Amino acid sequence: MLSRCSTRSRFLYQANSIFQRNGSTLVIAEHDNEKLTPVTLNAITAAKKLGDVSCLVAGTQCAKVAEEISKVDGVQKVLLADNEAFKGFLPESLTPLLLATQKQFNFSHILAGATAFGKNLIPRVAAKLDVSPISDIIGIKSEDTFIRTIYAGNAVQTVKSNDTVKLVSVRGTAFEAAGTEGGSAATENAPTAEINNSISEFVGQELSKSDRPELTSAGIVISGGRGMKNGDNFKLLYDLADNMKAAVGASRAAVDAGFVPNDMQIGQTGKIVAPDLYIAVGISGAIQHLAGMKDSKVIVAINKDPDAPIFQVSDYGLVQDLFKAIPEMTEMTKK
Amino acid sequence: MSLRILVGCKRVIDYAVKVRVKPDKLGVVTDGVKHSMNPFDEIAMEEAMRMKEKKLASEVIAVSCGPQQSQETLRTALAMGADRAIHVKIEPKDYETLQPFHVSKILAKIVEEEKIDLVVLGKQAIDDDCNQTGQMTAGLLDWPQGTFVSNVEKVDGHLNVLREIDGGLETVKVSIPAVLTADLRLNEPRYATLPNIMKAKKKPMAVKSAADYGVDTSPRQEVLSVEDPPTREAGQKVESVEELVQKLKDGGFI
Repeated sequence: MLSRCSTRSRFLYQANSIFQRNGSTLVIAEHDNEKLTPVTLNAITAAKKLGDVSCLVAGTQCAKVAEEISKVDGVQKVLLADNEAFKGFLPESLTPLLLATQKQFNFSHILAGATAFGKNLIPRVAAKLDVSPISDIIGIKSEDTFIRTIYAGNAVQTVKSNDTVKLVSVRGTAFEAAGTEGGSAATENAPTAEINNSISEFVGQELSKSDRPELTSAGIVISGGRGMKNGDNFKLLYDLADNMKAAVGASRAAVDAGFVPNDMQIGQTGKIVAPDLYIAVGISGAIQHLAGMKDSKVIVAINKDPDAPIFQVSDYGLVQDLFKAIPEMTEMTKK
Repeated sequence: MSLRILVGCKRVIDYAVKVRVKPDKLGVVTDGVKHSMNPFDEIAMEEAMRMKEKKLASEVIAVSCGPQQSQETLRTALAMGADRAIHVKIEPKDYETLQPFHVSKILAKIVEEEKIDLVVLGKQAIDDDCNQTGQMTAGLLDWPQGTFVSNVEKVDGHLNVLREIDGGLETVKVSIPAVLTADLRLNEPRYATLPNIMKAKKKPMAVKSAADYGVDTSPRQEVLSVEDPPTREAGQKVESVEELVQKLKDGGFI
């Protein structure tokens, strides 16, 4: 089975890059002022293929994050912009900083992870620089040619950018995470920009709390769909997930039915995951859901409908009632 | 203040269609394939109509940039309740390379010309999956952006916007004028009734070109190829939970 996994490598598209690395790349770090968001490490790996890597850490009292990122393998320079104005990481405040930074350093590429943060910010900066951005890349062919998916992952597009600066968001699951040790980047202050944002204001946020691993970087993901019938039944999945050290996700059907909060949604319009093991429970396998998980290394489907499309992509399929199968699995995986 | 709202409506291959890559590997087959309004744009349109029904908006203008057939999508928007439509006609050859980069420039020009206060777009089109147009339009106009929105409330002279972010939800206050992009959970779009579909045929639709707005549609990116994604090899069915757990143990997952 392991040999099958390697032949189906999701790193297929980025193999053998022999192009010259003569650019200088800026990675916009994503963080919460305390810790780096893991996707930044994947973006740094992508950036390393393009040239020297600098990282911009912008936030409020975020020196700790700058220190963390200065140790990341492959990062040459950290630019720190600590300012109350960056509260809530609003794109209206960050864009002037990015423009000032670009003006001073003239990067060939500006990258961020393709998360809610990166997707929100990159296109706005691109518009101000008058370039056409490239979203959610899964591979880099050369310094101007990138690979991305379209139509919910049902086609793979290779696109060449003719812009002088490339603004790119990076799909985290398509690139390995850079090592968090071994780097010794110098930290300097980012160029000062006049941040005078009177048009938007961060009010507050409500984050779902969980002790389980973060969905997009978890090694094992267990997801429930409409077949879970209600929100209470998700406890069955949480119990199994705890035994397997897994994160729990959901299909859009489960989210729309109100079983679980929508930040658990996996799919074209939710999160994209590619764990080592994905267990789909009571999920039929609509195109939009497959877009979010079909690059998982091993897929297991548990569904009582033998004709569910999910079985066409699963490595191991079990046709059984989930309400019988999941408690049994939980029992068997008990330590 | 009564808002003038611009809603972007893209014609895309219907979400339920399984797309096929063209033999020349430069795109997907679109001829003879069912198209409809981008699902996120339907949600944007619905939200604009609700604002109008709450008397927050005075006029809702639907716009689509695309070939002749985009007019069908605009008629759908008119049937949902838009007051009038603007079709920015793009020749099929140019449409192949039309990007959010171009569309946002066109939208920004229309905003100025029509004195728009609020632009409501879908968060992404389900064909190119770019998720860029709203953010770029806001950037060009120097307006605030409320992206991936699942709730909007007008409070005094600004909007309280609930956004779907990775770890949950966040609230941002944006001043008006603004650009919003709709997430799936913003609302449930209405169906156009037959009388409204009939009425929509009589509503005004202006036909313009990108040149009318002084926007150069020459491509900034070149699509070198479009291919099928790698297919997964067929897996196997297991008979029991025991067998499944054994497989996972063999794989080192347990």
